[in-house]
Amino acid sequence: MFADPALSLPVIFAGLMGLSILAYVVLDGFDLGVGILFPFAGNDERDRMVAAIGPFWDANETWLVLAIGLLLVAFPAAHGMILTALYLPVAVMLVGLILRGVAFEFRAKVAPPHKAMWNAAFFAGSLMTALSQGFMLGLYIMGLVWTPFTVGFALLTAVCLAAGYAFIGATWLIIKTEGALQKKAVRWARSGLYGVLAGLGAVSVASPLVSPRIFDKWFTLPDMLFLAPLPLLAVALVAMIHISLRHLPDSRDRFAYVPFVAATVLFAVCFAGLAFSFYPYVVPEKLTIYAAASAPESLAIILVGTVFVLPVIIGYTVLSYFIFRGKAGELRYD
Amino acid sequence: MMDTLLLSRIQFGANISFHILFPTITIALGWVLLFFRLRYSATGDAKWIGAYRFWVKVFALSFALGVVSGITMSFQFGTNWPGFMERVGNIAGPLLAYEVLTAFFLEAVFLGIMLFGFSKVPAWLHTLATFLVAFGTTMSAFWILVLNSWMHTPAGFELRDGVAFATDWWAIIFNPSMPYRLVHMLLASGLTVAFLMAGLSAWRWLKGERTGELRMALRTGVTLAAVLIPLQILAGDMHGLNTLQHQPAKVAAMEANWDTRPNVPLVLFALPNSETRSNDYEISIPSGASIILKHDPAGVVPGLNDFVAEDGTPLHPPVAPVFWSFRIMVGTGMAMLAVSFAAAVLVWRRGQLETAAGTWGLRALVLMTFSGWVATLAGWYTTEIGRQPWLVQGVLSTAEAVAAVPAPMVLSTLVVYLAIYVALIAAYVSVLFYLAGKAVKGAVSPVAPAPLMPVRPVLQPAE
Repeated sequence: MFADPALSLPVIFAGLMGLSILAYVVLDGFDLGVGILFPFAGNDERDRMVAAIGPFWDANETWLVLAIGLLLVAFPAAHGMILTALYLPVAVMLVGLILRGVAFEFRAKVAPPHKAMWNAAFFAGSLMTALSQGFMLGLYIMGLVWTPFTVGFALLTAVCLAAGYAFIGATWLIIKTEGALQKKAVRWARSGLYGVLAGLGAVSVASPLVSPRIFDKWFTLPDMLFLAPLPLLAVALVAMIHISLRHLPDSRDRFAYVPFVAATVLFAVCFAGLAFSFYPYVVPEKLTIYAAASAPESLAIILVGTVFVLPVIIGYTVLSYFIFRGKAGELRYD
Repeated sequence: MMDTLLLSRIQFGANISFHILFPTITIALGWVLLFFRLRYSATGDAKWIGAYRFWVKVFALSFALGVVSGITMSFQFGTNWPGFMERVGNIAGPLLAYEVLTAFFLEAVFLGIMLFGFSKVPAWLHTLATFLVAFGTTMSAFWILVLNSWMHTPAGFELRDGVAFATDWWAIIFNPSMPYRLVHMLLASGLTVAFLMAGLSAWRWLKGERTGELRMALRTGVTLAAVLIPLQILAGDMHGLNTLQHQPAKVAAMEANWDTRPNVPLVLFALPNSETRSNDYEISIPSGASIILKHDPAGVVPGLNDFVAEDGTPLHPPVAPVFWSFRIMVGTGMAMLAVSFAAAVLVWRRGQLETAAGTWGLRALVLMTFSGWVATLAGWYTTEIGRQPWLVQGVLSTAEAVAAVPAPMVLSTLVVYLAIYVALIAAYVSVLFYLAGKAVKGAVSPVAPAPLMPVRPVLQPAE
């Protein structure tokens, strides 16, 4: 199968796109989550929360551009079908991304009386982005069909994804903060975990019920045995997060990274499950990655660039996280 | 009631107009910041890092606005223009992918180090980060102008069942209008930053600030403007001749020339009338356009009437918007030439800024603060409206590419976007002047006044 580029290239690009989406959900997920947690924090704590994500958010958001770019370049027909079906939630998300992106800068630069307004814009933008992404996820699982039931389900996933982002944002704050704010972050993470569980439950029940094809994939032997580790792993990770949160914050600040790392693996496991459910479709039940793929000669030239550039991108991203490691201090230009 | 096509065009036009304002600043400002950083490394003089710290804030703000409006555009390809990717995605896709891979991540990651890393990383790494951010913004401009130029002068492809397939990537990247358009745009960015820096610095000067960092920023802005504007006029002329060769209908609209003939006049003022297909109230210089475009008074210049289908449907762009935006661009360029040359004399001759002439020169610079935006937008309207009715010249029409989204839905998102863009431009401009005002206050009264006791600094002139 991999000898023929018309068959192997779509799989490679679907994989790259999946990785970009996963990187986006984890990385921008935690900084969107920090924005969603804004109303629960005190005024002085908000500057430290922004300092914990300030040097990273821009690069985090670039993974969304890469993911949508790969969808656009590798599966142009699917790109059009998905985005026109999701016209309004995409518009809401874009407005949210605009608001929070500019609020990062404005809140730090405007005259003090206007800061509260930009703090509100930062929260509202983060929440709008998270809700609309969750809504799109739900509608995608429902096959991109707009009926009262599918919209209801999408609204449920919208709330769950926002809770999930708030949860992973809280676990990030546990790493990057100390003292009273860290204690608060632990509490936020505990509450957020319930939202994650609700979302996991809803998606796991709904997707096999909506699509007989997905049902057969998960509940037929012998595939069922190969797939069993995924849900089992998810349960183990949730238990691990739950236990670690009960023991945090630690008096010597040990294990502060455990909830975030476990949450990242949990997100990856759930994402793998979803990806397996929908493969080989890029538009659920309508268009496969093979039918939607661009010309092999165009995909090949992108792949060459990607193979060289992606490791470099990952390299300097790691460098940036290394430079800004440790507890977040005050964000300063000097 | 407006239709989906027109609304989608207005929406994309509004979006890209809003977007271009900010990359136009960041592309050149990145290099100016690198200049400040290198001068600081070389001299150790605090005035250079002072200038860096002020303008890096402007950079960060502009960058954020550029990023978020850019993301909006990348989604609108899919939500409003699916035909674009379906028909020419094999060409446009890799170019956009290379922009993300070689430019976006570079800028985004090193921006964090550039903004917040000054005391966290060694000086060389901070300088390197500044360079990589400047390089990234320029790479981004390169790829996007390659794609845009290809839409004007497509090359290196073949059509199979209406879908474009790449045959020669070298020809696609170095398509006929790319070098001209890229140079024209990079110079436009340089001029936008030059006048922004000069204008905001002149404003600070008029408010009473006299610091070393301000002198350096003012001098840098004015000098850059005076050096770049003659180059830009030359590059613009060459770009125009290139357009005449490849898109004659656009040049005919720019000159409001209806008939192909020799001795075509240069129209200074007219109201192009698309009903009568002639100009009302025309004021023109005889043979002017023939001299500019053909370097010969008797030169034959193509007219709009050559681009009409047999049934009378025009195959050329709407004349009035192209004609007028071109004149606004050229007029702004001429004003830039006059103001930057006069200001260059003022900043380079000792003591001139404190004279009455100096005050007037500084006021003119303040007035020209956003002239780069005006000229850039007018230029983009000239070239992009000038490509209509085509999306990709001769290959794909705008009407073929639009999504069948219901018009009221497009209208509702358009209204929301417009409201946000207007609010954000207002906030952006007011924050620039707020930051400038803060710099003035810090300079004229180094001890910050205690809170709750607002004291007007003695040296600050009345507002």
